[in-house]
Amino acid sequence: MGERILMKGNEAIGEAAIRAGCRHFFGYPITPQNELPEYMARRLPEIGGAMVQAESEIAAINMVYGAAGAGVRVMTSSSSPGISLKQEGLSYIAGAELPCVVVNMVRGGPGLGGIQPAQGDYWQATRGGGHGDYRLIVLAPATIQEMVDTVQDAFDLADKYRNPVMILGDGMLGQMMEPVEFREQTVSSLAEKEWATTGLRNHPGRRNVINSLYLQPDKLEEHNQHLQRKYAEIAANEVRYEEVDVEDADLVVAAYGTTARIVRSAMEEARREGLRVGLIRPITLWPFPVEPFARAAERAHAFLSVEMSAGQMVEDVRLAVNGKKPVYFYGRTGGMVPTPEGVLAKFREILEGKHNG
Amino acid sequence: MTFEMILAGFGGQGVMLMGQLLAYAGMTEGKHVSWLPSYGPEMRGGTANCTVVVSDRPVGSPLITRPGIVVAMNLPSMDKFEDSIKPGGLLVYNSSLITRSPKRTDIEVVAVPANEIANELGNDRIANMVALGALLGKKPMVEMQSILTALRHALPPHRHHLLPLNEQALDRGRKLVG
Repeated sequence: MGERILMKGNEAIGEAAIRAGCRHFFGYPITPQNELPEYMARRLPEIGGAMVQAESEIAAINMVYGAAGAGVRVMTSSSSPGISLKQEGLSYIAGAELPCVVVNMVRGGPGLGGIQPAQGDYWQATRGGGHGDYRLIVLAPATIQEMVDTVQDAFDLADKYRNPVMILGDGMLGQMMEPVEFREQTVSSLAEKEWATTGLRNHPGRRNVINSLYLQPDKLEEHNQHLQRKYAEIAANEVRYEEVDVEDADLVVAAYGTTARIVRSAMEEARREGLRVGLIRPITLWPFPVEPFARAAERAHAFLSVEMSAGQMVEDVRLAVNGKKPVYFYGRTGGMVPTPEGVLAKFREILEGKHNG
Repeated sequence: MTFEMILAGFGGQGVMLMGQLLAYAGMTEGKHVSWLPSYGPEMRGGTANCTVVVSDRPVGSPLITRPGIVVAMNLPSMDKFEDSIKPGGLLVYNSSLITRSPKRTDIEVVAVPANEIANELGNDRIANMVALGALLGKKPMVEMQSILTALRHALPPHRHHLLPLNEQALDRGRKLVG
């Protein structure tokens, strides 16, 4: 057990990445995630790594593409508008099946938007975000400790499936400080990256090629089928979520990240008032935890998705609940954060509406 | 017990540090803590503030809109946060810079001439420690010793000669209410 230290979310991610073996970081500044590239710029040169502040987000993601192709653990981070710029690169990286970890500390949009916390990039993150049929594995921690633990998981998943992994936070998680403990890490027993382009000297007689271009349609379809099999395997094996008080809940709430914590605060008050409210907190946003929602739909009366968006994850909740029960939505946008009081009022509205109806 | 507080003032008055010391001290005592800063344009020229939770239980929402405690180091901060305090809560305000009296009658109010006391001690910049001392005198949510440990951690070694002065400031603040 390590000691507990008080750390900002952004810096905690940096330290966790280094401990997970990341020695290469490419980024471009944007609020509210700047402390992460700053941390890497300070620390990586001390330990034989490299942080490059690129000339743009597009350059940074393509540097990630190159480093990932060479088989090293590599990370980039940005916030919403910057992540939009990285989408072309992400599509190439997914197409070329390379592992990397991308951090998005989401801020209010659309456009340049604002700099306060938001969750309006859910669709972009969970639907690939760039062109073509691909998926990112998307992890959404809710505390700084979970963020730290998630980083190791993210690198392992990226390597295991040769797929980009996104850590989806928000401005609040990036900026806030909480105690964290860096746990002793088990050395991951992952296969050697035999596909990496490290020079013929290192893999004599075998030409390794990193590529996402397949001009023959039948070959490209074959490649797509291979990717889809991989995504199905990820969906079958890597779903992560947390359930709180779902067993007896009349109302089951879906919320992730910061919002899930606000919902937890509202739930405590609701339970004191005798309202039976439970929470399903997706930790992987893709693959989405369909099964717990489907299970809860057998007995709960209603569902509610609470988000810092105009309603994005609510669509996945509706797909999972599959019409069995009503699915409501409550959200704030633009960097406005839902308050426990506002969320509680929505609980009452739904549950009392049910009793009256 | 759960203490939910907003600490606010001008940029440079040390309210972020005040919050970090409370969070760090709470952590060293094995409590659950969170520290959430305001960031962005409001920091530039207006008020800076941070939200701190110190609790026996895991921290739910790190964002507090109805704090039990507000420390206001300047007038814009008191104007902004006075109304948000829970009934029965506590307002500690810097009466050196805030000339009006609080309007609320359903909360406890502590006026701390923080800058005057800091000046008496010979350094205007430790007004934040005077206010923190007064807060801890009223609500001893962490031990003073833990705050001193936190200070030792927060200040770079070449500033450690300032530790006794900070301790004096904390003490003066605490004596003001105790």
